[in-house]
Amino acid sequence: MNYNKRIWARSMLAAAAVAAVSGGAFAQGAPIKIGLLATLEGPFAAGGADGMRGAELAVRQRGGVVDGRKIEIIKASSNATPDVAVNSARKLVEQDKVDILVGPLSGGEGIAVKDYSKSQPQVTFINGASGAQATTLVNTSPNFFRFNTEGAQWMFGLGKAAMDKGYKRTMIIAEDYAFPYSQVQGFMAEYCRLGGKVPLKAWVPLGGKDYSSVIARIPKDVDALLVILGGADAVNFLTQYENSGGDKPMMGGSITVSQDVLNYKGKRRDSLVGTISAGPVADSFEGAEWKAFVADYKKNFPVSAGGFPSPSLFAYVYYINMKAALDGLDAVDGDLSNNHAKLRDTLSKMVLKTPNGDVRLDSNRQAIGTTFVTEVVKDSRGELTTKVLRKVDNVDQTLGMKKEDFKMGTRDEPNCP
Amino acid sequence: MTKGERLVTAIVVGAPIAAFSIWALLDNPRLYLVTMLNSLTLASLYFIVASGFTLVFGLMRNVNLAHGSLYLLGGYVGYVVARDTGWWILALAAGFAAAAVAGLLIQVLILRRMQGQDLRQTMVTIGLSIVIADVLLWIFTGQVYQMEAPSWLQGPIRDIPVIKAYSAYRLSLLGFGIAIGLFLWWLLNRTKVGAMIRAGVDDRAMLAASGVNVNLVFAVTFMLGAGLAGFGGVIGAVELSMVPGEDTRLLLASLIVVIVGGMGSVVGAAIGAAILGLAETYGLAYAPTYSVVFTFVILIIVLAFRPRGIMGKAA
Repeated sequence: MNYNKRIWARSMLAAAAVAAVSGGAFAQGAPIKIGLLATLEGPFAAGGADGMRGAELAVRQRGGVVDGRKIEIIKASSNATPDVAVNSARKLVEQDKVDILVGPLSGGEGIAVKDYSKSQPQVTFINGASGAQATTLVNTSPNFFRFNTEGAQWMFGLGKAAMDKGYKRTMIIAEDYAFPYSQVQGFMAEYCRLGGKVPLKAWVPLGGKDYSSVIARIPKDVDALLVILGGADAVNFLTQYENSGGDKPMMGGSITVSQDVLNYKGKRRDSLVGTISAGPVADSFEGAEWKAFVADYKKNFPVSAGGFPSPSLFAYVYYINMKAALDGLDAVDGDLSNNHAKLRDTLSKMVLKTPNGDVRLDSNRQAIGTTFVTEVVKDSRGELTTKVLRKVDNVDQTLGMKKEDFKMGTRDEPNCP
Repeated sequence: MTKGERLVTAIVVGAPIAAFSIWALLDNPRLYLVTMLNSLTLASLYFIVASGFTLVFGLMRNVNLAHGSLYLLGGYVGYVVARDTGWWILALAAGFAAAAVAGLLIQVLILRRMQGQDLRQTMVTIGLSIVIADVLLWIFTGQVYQMEAPSWLQGPIRDIPVIKAYSAYRLSLLGFGIAIGLFLWWLLNRTKVGAMIRAGVDDRAMLAASGVNVNLVFAVTFMLGAGLAGFGGVIGAVELSMVPGEDTRLLLASLIVVIVGGMGSVVGAAIGAAILGLAETYGLAYAPTYSVVFTFVILIIVLAFRPRGIMGKAA
């Protein structure tokens, strides 16, 4: 694992570049600086590191050059809290003077960085992996783009899959911040319409670690649990639930059964088999572009070098957002004049080719894309992976509802006890 | 406190708790009792980690902010040992030893050079905590490490009246907490080293003047305190898993425990840990959204009425 060394080397390089390059920074041939912000600390540390790999892959695929100009990546870390994310974004924008910023990773961070982007019109912000609805739904920022679908879109389709499995009553256990609110809405929008009931929702603090109290509250008469916890917290919940004698089937949020959770170090992974979830990626999707992407990821970041056996959601989402930045830059021949006017126009209109199909942006610069409903299975080598149950294309941010009927997900909305 | 004041305190604090307990027991006895067990077991983990913290502070007036990093170090070392040998007990010993050695090195090589300069020592430990956390991130990456409980502690204990099933490992935490507590009581009250530590807590200068090698006492105490953090790390690695960021979480918990309980008092650490465990767990069970608030409300109330903590003495 030498990315820390690399970060150091890059920050030194960046410092040297800032010192050496003065007014001529925008001249033809000068490097284009892209800031890369992800969580290398806190609950999403593993996911953040993989997000960085994904973004790096997009740069490597172009050989680190767009239209004859070198792409210089400057990395910064946060810990999944909005204030730290904004501080890191500030450092990238105001000290390192990046042209484009790709990030951040987590929902609340995304909203905070979007708000910050309004005060920095000379920089184009492209989302990392954050998936809160509000980021592109209320108070939108003209220079913040999101080429990934968000939390609610990622869960669209799971409601039907749950009913198909015969789960008529579900308890929801989710972390108490914007992203899980969206995820719950994406699930419930369909689930409630089909007649499913959600008698109890437990909102737990992010990074709480000890879920024994919530486990004690699980009612006897529910058929299944929908667990929307990320990274380390999902692992803790599973262990504690199993140890306390729990045996209800589980459904997962989009980041609950991501690769970094499926591959945690330790033995008790078998209880995850059969878990259904939904998200923008599926390891076992048979699309040719997806397979090429996975192969490229594995070649660049083999397991021996710290990569995952298959790219995580974070790697994929950072990859497509970075790819959007580079494709956009290529389309405008690196023209960043007039506050990136040409680049932004191109980004708003372009059809981005991603490993999972085409992505377009809506009028709020939010992606319209594909969602997969998946089930966790064990492959022939004993590794856990996901199997595609259903592929839903063209999921938009209002989940197929009319704009005026659509209410943003909160703790209590939607509700069907 | 006079008798009357004590009565008022007991009513003001006790009455709402009693009312809540009666309501909760009638409403859902299982939830109440399971939560009680959950609180006490979590409190045991906090106690194990915070008792080392409070020992070091009591003797050296040194807030060791690298305590959380030693927790993390113990947890990771324990994981590696358990994976390679398959012996969880050995992992416990290794976690304790690794953190104790690290603590000894910190004390002998670094803190001894700035003896008596409390602020400088504290600043150095902040630096150390960042260095240790980053080195651990470098070696172990950001992956989640979930340690296996030994097979005899795996799975639930079933057929308990009212509660039905409860995690065996979690219950064992309570045993560990009590055992550590008894050990510390024995060490401090029944051995010569303990007598020296207690004397040092009360008056360092007098202890040195009476011919005791204070440096040795400091080193032993620091080692013990650090070792307890490492021991807690191995226990915590099973129940709560190991991941970067756990160090600051446990450090914060330890700080709250010793502030509430009183700096330098092991009994205070036990009381503080119990209060923190109860507040966090009951909060999470009955008002999950506001559970974080309860902890800090308690902290504020204690600081307002007992600025030195419940068992704290004037320095």
